[in-house]
Amino acid sequence: MTEVQLIELTVNGERHDLAVEPRRTLVDVLRHDLGLTGTHVGCEHGICGACTVLVDGAPARACLMFAAQAEDADIRTVESLAAPDGTLNDLQRSFSAHHGLQCGFCTPGFLMLAEGYLAERPEASKEEIREVVASNVCRCTGYQTIVEAIDDCAGRRRAAFQAQLDSGRSA
Amino acid sequence: MTPEPHLRRDGAWVGASVPRREDPRLLAGRGRFVDDIVLPGMLHAQFVRSTAAHARITAVDLSEVRAVPGVVAAFSAEDLDLDDITAELDRPAHEFVPTSMPVLARDRVRYVGEPIAIVIARDPYAVEDGLEAAVVEYEELEPVVSDTAALAEGAPLVHDNAPANTLVDVSLFATEGIDDVFAEADCVVRIRTKTGRQNALPLETRGVVADWDDRDEQLRVQTCTQVPHQVRTVLSRCTGLQERQVRVTVPDMGGGFGQKCVVGREEIAAAAAALRLRRPVKWIEDRRDALTAAFLAREQRYDVRAAFDAEGRILAIDADVVCDMGAYSCYPFTAGIEPLMASAEMPGVYKLPAYRVRGRAVTTNKAPTAPYRGVSRPQYVMVVERLMERAARELGMDPVEIRRRNVITVFPYTGINNITYDPGSYRESLDLCEQVLRDEGWYDVRGSADRVIGIGYACFSERTGYGSGAFAQRKMSVVPGFDISEVRMDTSGALVVTTGTMSHGQSHETTMAQIVADRLGVPIDRIRIQQGDTDRITYGWGSFASRSITIGGSAVAAASRKLGDQLREIAAHLLEADVDNTELDGESGVRLRDAPDRRLSFIEIADVAYLRAHLLPKNVGPGLTATASFDVGGDGTFSNATHGVVVELDRGTGGVEILRYVCVEDCGVAIHPQVVEGQCRGGIAQGIAGALFEQVTYDDAGQPLCPSFMEYKVPTAAEIPDVEIHHLETPSAFTESGAKGAGEGGTIGAPAAVLNAVNDALRSTGVELDDTPIARETVHRALEAGS
Amino acid sequence: MKPAAFTYHRARSVAAAVGLLNDLGDDAKIIAGGQSLVAMMNFRLARPEHLIDIGRVPGLDHIRRDGAALRIGALVTHHAVETADLGTDFAVVSDAMRWIGHLPIRTRGTVGGSLAHADATAEWCLLAVLLDAEIVAEGSGGRRTIPAGEFFQGVFTTALEPDELIVEVVFPRPAPRAALTEYAERRGDFATVAAAVDLDAPRVVLGGVATVPLRVPSAEAVLMTDGPRIPAGEAAAAAIDPRDEPGVSAHYRRALTRTLVERACEEAAAR
Repeated sequence: MTEVQLIELTVNGERHDLAVEPRRTLVDVLRHDLGLTGTHVGCEHGICGACTVLVDGAPARACLMFAAQAEDADIRTVESLAAPDGTLNDLQRSFSAHHGLQCGFCTPGFLMLAEGYLAERPEASKEEIREVVASNVCRCTGYQTIVEAIDDCAGRRRAAFQAQLDSGRSA
Repeated sequence: MTPEPHLRRDGAWVGASVPRREDPRLLAGRGRFVDDIVLPGMLHAQFVRSTAAHARITAVDLSEVRAVPGVVAAFSAEDLDLDDITAELDRPAHEFVPTSMPVLARDRVRYVGEPIAIVIARDPYAVEDGLEAAVVEYEELEPVVSDTAALAEGAPLVHDNAPANTLVDVSLFATEGIDDVFAEADCVVRIRTKTGRQNALPLETRGVVADWDDRDEQLRVQTCTQVPHQVRTVLSRCTGLQERQVRVTVPDMGGGFGQKCVVGREEIAAAAAALRLRRPVKWIEDRRDALTAAFLAREQRYDVRAAFDAEGRILAIDADVVCDMGAYSCYPFTAGIEPLMASAEMPGVYKLPAYRVRGRAVTTNKAPTAPYRGVSRPQYVMVVERLMERAARELGMDPVEIRRRNVITVFPYTGINNITYDPGSYRESLDLCEQVLRDEGWYDVRGSADRVIGIGYACFSERTGYGSGAFAQRKMSVVPGFDISEVRMDTSGALVVTTGTMSHGQSHETTMAQIVADRLGVPIDRIRIQQGDTDRITYGWGSFASRSITIGGSAVAAASRKLGDQLREIAAHLLEADVDNTELDGESGVRLRDAPDRRLSFIEIADVAYLRAHLLPKNVGPGLTATASFDVGGDGTFSNATHGVVVELDRGTGGVEILRYVCVEDCGVAIHPQVVEGQCRGGIAQGIAGALFEQVTYDDAGQPLCPSFMEYKVPTAAEIPDVEIHHLETPSAFTESGAKGAGEGGTIGAPAAVLNAVNDALRSTGVELDDTPIARETVHRALEAGS
Repeated sequence: MKPAAFTYHRARSVAAAVGLLNDLGDDAKIIAGGQSLVAMMNFRLARPEHLIDIGRVPGLDHIRRDGAALRIGALVTHHAVETADLGTDFAVVSDAMRWIGHLPIRTRGTVGGSLAHADATAEWCLLAVLLDAEIVAEGSGGRRTIPAGEFFQGVFTTALEPDELIVEVVFPRPAPRAALTEYAERRGDFATVAAAVDLDAPRVVLGGVATVPLRVPSAEAVLMTDGPRIPAGEAAAAAIDPRDEPGVSAHYRRALTRTLVERACEEAAAR
């Protein structure tokens, strides 16, 4: 084994100090050094998207980054979505309601892709969502229900935001 | 045992799209897949793989490997000394040649990627450093890289015991006088087609974690397999361990689609290494290996003629099928899986009076094949549906009308292939599918002068739930078929239900529980389905061939009914009533028919069964456990569907865009309609992938040309269209719930429908395309020539 | 698919990165977004002994108008360009971003990384040649500006010296009537053929038909005289000399070229 490097990673708001080989990819460090196995490995060359996480809020392939590059960044993984008591968030519930997952292997990648995208573009149309969903590979669903799940969630978030604005206005 | 058929939607749970039991953990990132498993002191394995397609191994030197920092061990075939994996058919030598697949190659390699040695290291990075230090010397042999090369005169032999590189050569049917039928027919059409080699491509690659447990004297193998008991059997045979000394458990699985329904040599090698080292060993296949060295499928060549009369009635089919099965037979199905499936089932939904077929499996220097979702049916359905459309064109008939004239409408129907088809909605699905596309105006769009648009159909049926009888007809020496389920109720009235099937995305934790819930009147959150553990579950065949709900689900239903009878018997005794006067009340209890307010809850009955057994009737033993087995009788049960597709072609690029996809399907009683739709859509996506995108290719030296997702083009949401699904319901009389299998149909229909639509769009050019995946360049050339 | 071992260096400034390149020689490689490099390292097709991470070097992440010109820092991501408002002058640049891989690639991949990698179908490489960009590189000899026309020298080969890195790309002139379009069987893939046109310059640049982004003077001459219609596509198709490859014959590549140049012309004219 070669040299080891000390790195500091912030994942889901928690700080971790690690000593790892520089060649370890972010996804391997998340999964095997931090035990956050919700992020999956599907191709290790950036195409399938099973390893998609948020890096400073933007969806990124954790297999195409060395953990050392992620220092100073804010990393979020699928484990951050549900409430501490296990209650699923609205996007996760929408995936379940629309049957947007079957084997579930690609699912964390799609969830993080959608979370990152909707945060940047809450007004996204269904066609725009479909184009972003094309970033990742799912072998089970045929994608339709993934698009529908994200679109439905986006609509509900917009409606909730509008309701909040309305109630703020009337208050 | 003959089960009582349930021919109606028989309760609140079956037929309802309830929230999936699997979802919460998978959505939260709390699923546990094989690569998520960590054991103390666990080591990591990878394989030294052949770089030659066909060669004699003259030397394997692992000494430098063992010196690489982090490497713990490296074993060659000689070091591990394991028995081969051998799959056989009970057929004479001129019909079948068995090939043994060594766990690690010994003196000969037959494809690039074939495992030669296993390297084990402390972490997954060091193990790859180790692989680079391996020295393998080869004496190269001429490779055989296509079916035509394999069958050519004087071709080099992939296996010395297989003349003409032919592993299977079977003529299942040859109607007397068929040549006269062709000679006298009004119309004879012919299709010659080649379909591309594909990878089933579960997003989770194959993998295993194995360790030896001293206390139980057991090799514990956690592996993502569709067939846990078969892995146990093979592992026991290869290592010489007793079967009870091997425990195979299956964690959450990221898909399989058939690639994981055969026993892989890598999982055996990794387990054997763990046994040797007495340390946990993990092997996770990387994507490059998954694309080049995992089991492949689908590469077939057809030369088929069909005879029709002037009214478009089909008179005969004469088929020659050659399947390129790669380097070895897979266990347990053998290289016969594809040619025998095509030969036995080709007549499909049509009333065919005469049939002749020759099915061959040839061996080549390519990665071996396994059953992949649909198994040959995507191909022969494509061929038969092309024959229908070509004949319609020759006869000047409407392509839907010619099908109408030939499709089976009276059931049961016994075909020329000696198969009896149970009732289905072949005609109805065809009519409805066409109606939907007409009502939506697609036939008008098709006529628009400035666009290149075509409409295509596929009408087909699919035998689901092959019982022992059906597999025995294929003459497999290992005959899958039955399933056994055990239902146990505990003192809290909750249930654990075992199944020998193995869900890997199909939602069995939910759907099987729905079946039990209706049989016993227990809500599904009090029912736990247990699968994938050879110590806790009686021998089962796993999940493949759309058998889980038909066979596994029927065993679960039968065991549930049996437990219900036990509950009633105990309740009758305690209520001092006649057992015939009791019934399950649908709310976790037993009541008297003539006095419904006199009831006992399951908890009260379980209390007696376990904790106060002295109160039980004399003829009833303690505990609440029932076991039942199920096998599909006769020829089983056939799902059916019609797919209708509208495509638009791009004159400038040859691009193919799917504008509309309609699927009218009938899988009998849908246990969970949303899950059925999910299976349809996912299957259709894989079928479209085969028709338009995916192909594993090799160069002339047998080097794989698709080592990454750059070359192996898995379609994304940008390529796969939305699919509108319409359900018809012809309940099965063969299964306990009236369900038919739903796992494969989507994949079966899509290539035919897409190819027919593309050909319809090319109708003015005079060009017809029959090969898949459809090359855009070929489409472009056709449009160019035709314009 | 795990990379070979390497030593990781983090540069805090361009000067520090240049210093490391100088010290470490050929065994060192710059990493910015790493979206091509890490994949190649995972396959062990690239195995640098030293990796110099410039990801946090300040001052390389600007998108700025400078008179008529547009200046983009080497560390600007494709996604930042995609979402920036570059106005009609440089809409061709931001619009071209949607052809680069997919969103999670575009959030990490950088302008400088893409130019330095020099894939002949890469959008940034086509844009650079199309718009007569100047590539600003810094090495131990200081800063210099390399015209895009001289920058791309062959398959994955550029005019950069071993101790140089890209710090900025400058697009000197607005291109309000320009467009880039591509064809690939699957969305997000490297193009089989890509075409970019600027009707005003005029310029016609092709990707996927040669080892570098290819300017087609004969097609440009057609644009000069005939206006933005079909003949430019014909001229481009006639000018290239592709080889037959598995799945893509020379004839088909020419046909794609014709189609894509036509479509790019139409798109550009419609702006």
